[in-house]
Amino acid sequence: MLTEHFVAAPHWEWYILAYFVAAGLSGGAYVMGTMLRLWGDARDLPASRLAFFISWPLLLVCPILLTLDLGQPTRFWHMLIDSRTAGLAFKSWSPMSVGAWALLIYGIFSTVMFVVALGETRSTPALLPRLSRVGGTLVGRAVMVVGALFAVFVSAYTGVLLAVSNQPVWSDTWTLGGLFLASGLSGASALILLLARPRQDAMATDEKLLEADRYFIILELVLIALFFVTLGGVLTRVLSGGWLVLWLVVLVGTVVPLLVHWRPEWRRRLSPNLAPILVLLGVLALRAVVIFSPQS
Amino acid sequence: MATPVGFFTDTTLCIGCKACEVACKEWNQLPDNPIQFRDSYDNTGQLDQRNFRHVRFVEQATSNPDKPIAWSMMSDVCKHCANASCLEVCPTDAIIRTEFDTVYIQQDVCNGCRDCIAACPYGVIGFDSTSGTAKKCTFCYDRLQNNKMPACAQACPTQSIKFGNLADLRKMAADRVQALQAQGVTQARIYGDTEYGGLHAFFLLTDKPEAYALPNAESAVLPGRNDVPGYLAVAVTAVLGAIGGLVAFRRRGERA
Repeated sequence: MLTEHFVAAPHWEWYILAYFVAAGLSGGAYVMGTMLRLWGDARDLPASRLAFFISWPLLLVCPILLTLDLGQPTRFWHMLIDSRTAGLAFKSWSPMSVGAWALLIYGIFSTVMFVVALGETRSTPALLPRLSRVGGTLVGRAVMVVGALFAVFVSAYTGVLLAVSNQPVWSDTWTLGGLFLASGLSGASALILLLARPRQDAMATDEKLLEADRYFIILELVLIALFFVTLGGVLTRVLSGGWLVLWLVVLVGTVVPLLVHWRPEWRRRLSPNLAPILVLLGVLALRAVVIFSPQS
Repeated sequence: MATPVGFFTDTTLCIGCKACEVACKEWNQLPDNPIQFRDSYDNTGQLDQRNFRHVRFVEQATSNPDKPIAWSMMSDVCKHCANASCLEVCPTDAIIRTEFDTVYIQQDVCNGCRDCIAACPYGVIGFDSTSGTAKKCTFCYDRLQNNKMPACAQACPTQSIKFGNLADLRKMAADRVQALQAQGVTQARIYGDTEYGGLHAFFLLTDKPEAYALPNAESAVLPGRNDVPGYLAVAVTAVLGAIGGLVAFRRRGERA
């Protein structure tokens, strides 16, 4: 049975939307970089490096956006340290608390992989190539995989955070975490595709990224369907008025790229950058409609 | 620990005078409300950072043509739940349970993340943009520490708001419901005996909870109910995503 709501809105708005997008894409990019290294071949290394190059700056934006959204930005550290006891502030049952710690730990892994990727490129200081050799070892791979677990968490926990509330829509579904992860992976694939195309060395992975993106989009569409089904009576909150425009962007940002990816002849007819740009617009629209519609 | 305290608000005694609102604003030095014209005597609107008490005017149509509208009044307040949703989600531990078993937001610890606002099922907490923190009824914590009763209960002229030892109040409420039902008020019921583990501010109602904008027993659920299902959905999606990546990246790699 669906819960009847008499709640107030938390007014999580633009900073939070930007954070959700940045966290989703950063985590997704790290996971893509890891998968390309684990399962791809030598020709995929440039695309993998690009993934880690994308992941790190997007991650750097995240704590800035979160801090700006606080009513008391100078108390951002209260998320990690108990200001009364100076002990650690960690609550496993509060996604916001776990998320703050996950973001910090993921930041370390993302930085390490950024440095490793940088070391693999030419024209970098002498120390970096030595560091980059660690990336190929068993320990390096283990570090990368553990980092990917935190990347998955950072990309997805924002959906769980919304669900762990008493707000209409958010708390009426269990799908948001999975949906944000699928959308983050799809968006990261699109971003890597966009940035890889002007680079000759990363072009080799183009077809693989297109195929991966197809799977992620299918996963996202299934989760969107589950999202609607689980909402039941409150579905009208997200499917009314102006919100339909955002859903249309989500639809165009999933179905059109899916068809374009599938049909090489359509891809040749259209601009190669069209599908990735639509995917990224869909990523933004999905989070916007989920964040804003229940609070309106 | 001091004895757990509570508010028992008997809505059948409330006359809508708003003395509780005024006393609360005065003691807690809360700012005035912006002037709004509402189609009701209820010009307070809702509980928030400015209003720790809100006299709700519940207007209901009746079948009596001489009296087409009936009013039920209820002085609403933070419920100080035994299992408090706000306290559960607060990431900074700014929200604590006091020695009086009430729920209190420490203003020097709160960083204004507003997770508690999203979690409170009663829409009690508001965000104060001046202090940059979340605010709600303190149960007059400063007065309790000095053996004084909360300002609203002291000001209430009809004894609709009763303050005291929680166990005594529950007994008093049960007796009152029994007396009202004996007088023919069969709709009389207590709200807050079981919801969220028992509310420290509980109410005697003469209609279903939803009529007073209170979630019923089925809807009174904690945010944490979505923790495990939410993370499970993430785990399943992650596994499926990894399989997708494996298929897309490895197969082509083997062909090369």
